[in-house]
Amino acid sequence: MIQNKNISTPDIVLEIKDLNKSFGDNHVLNGFNMKLHQGENLVIMGKSGSGKSVMIKCLVGLMEADSGLISVMHRDITKLTQEALDILRADIGFLFQGSALYDSMTVRENLEFPLRRHTKKFDDDMDTEKLVIEALENVGLTNAIDLMPSELSGGMKRRVALARTLILKPKIILYDEQTSCLDPITSKEIIVLMQDIQKQYGTSSLIITHDVDCARVISDRMILLIDGIDYATGTFAELSTHKDPKIKAFFKH
Amino acid sequence: MNTLKEITHRLKAFLIEIGDLSYFTARFFRETFKRPFEFKELLNQCYHMGNKSLLLAVVTGFIIGLILTLQTRPTLMEFGAVSWMPSMVSISIVREIGPILTALVCAGRIGSGIGAEIGSMRVTEQIDAMEVSGTNPFKYLVVTRVLAVTLMLPLLVIIGDAVALFGSFLVENVKGNVSFVLYFNQVFDSLKFGDIMPATIKSFFFGLAIGIVGCYKGYYCKKGTAGVGKAGNSAVVLTSLLLFIIDFIAVFVTDIFYDL
Repeated sequence: MIQNKNISTPDIVLEIKDLNKSFGDNHVLNGFNMKLHQGENLVIMGKSGSGKSVMIKCLVGLMEADSGLISVMHRDITKLTQEALDILRADIGFLFQGSALYDSMTVRENLEFPLRRHTKKFDDDMDTEKLVIEALENVGLTNAIDLMPSELSGGMKRRVALARTLILKPKIILYDEQTSCLDPITSKEIIVLMQDIQKQYGTSSLIITHDVDCARVISDRMILLIDGIDYATGTFAELSTHKDPKIKAFFKH
Repeated sequence: MNTLKEITHRLKAFLIEIGDLSYFTARFFRETFKRPFEFKELLNQCYHMGNKSLLLAVVTGFIIGLILTLQTRPTLMEFGAVSWMPSMVSISIVREIGPILTALVCAGRIGSGIGAEIGSMRVTEQIDAMEVSGTNPFKYLVVTRVLAVTLMLPLLVIIGDAVALFGSFLVENVKGNVSFVLYFNQVFDSLKFGDIMPATIKSFFFGLAIGIVGCYKGYYCKKGTAGVGKAGNSAVVLTSLLLFIIDFIAVFVTDIFYDL
């Protein structure tokens, strides 16, 4: 395992220790470790099928890990009750690879949906309409409020999904392959948007990608997930100039 | 040897499916009585399943009433028993043909619809998105749909039965010059509590089976878009089989209590 210097941010908001996950004989994660600091953009890169999405799903309790510690804001999610986990999830935004917008609902209803269970997070006089408009303004899509997801382009769907995540004002955002299946221009727009959101909301971001350009622009720090472990950690500059052939393979164009 | 292996494999898969379906049903009952209740979504589903299946139930009922009367009339005439027509048609429709045919039609429309809709939500990660937003997808998607179809099917059956009897009356009116009052007087004279009540209770179970199987197939849908089609298809096949099994049990139980 290759370790390079870490960003010296004191507050760890998310930590994984020795995470293992197998599907039958297929050992996807074999003792994966990572730490995400407050306000940091951490990129995790790995080949397709390397277990990036499995790891991120274990993080929010969508999948059960075989063993290991998953701590989100200093709380071990594997030991939380369903109710406590649901409350904690309000602080974690999750952006799915395919946007995962509810296709039977309008954009407005999609954004209102997460608010149903997290009213305690806001004041008693919570104005749903205002929150929806504000979230859509942040992604530049106020005019799409009454459209159905089927009427949106791929890039617009990603933006709406981001707005749906932002409406709960999360402290951590998990991005799963947000630039995949998009044209280079739209990809760039999404990356800029992710940076803007990070600045505006001060969130910590865990970004799963295999897009080197995305990693270069957005990462404060990177982890390469190879053979189910955190094979290498460091900044983009450190890893992209590394001599190890397994690491070099990621940065070849 | 290979055949034996194949049979064992299929039997094992079948038993696992039965186990999973039973667990899914138990979870449905557990979650139904737990807070929070999704009343708004339940009403929405009742509207979708009830209102939008109404035309289908009405058309099916009307045609069945018409055909049953037309087909039976010559035989009854042969025995000089045409006056028994309202009794015969009403008992066969209310006891058996109405509930089972409406349920089969709804299994095709509602069961496959639920299977495909929830299956598509599963493969596009919408169910996962619901879960990470703090909403229990089982309560929101499964409980509401199963309850809606369980509540709506008996209503559709009652409406379908009424329309079928009306269809039968039309034939009798045209062919035998029987008046509306005479026809329906005979219908209500021949129908007993033991005909209506078991059929209505049976319809609740039909609705439950349609909802549970449709949701189960969709909720555990795998293998991408191909899996969505398979979920809808297998929901209809399994539900149809279950409907006949439930019907058989219902007739058997009714026979014990009401001495058919």
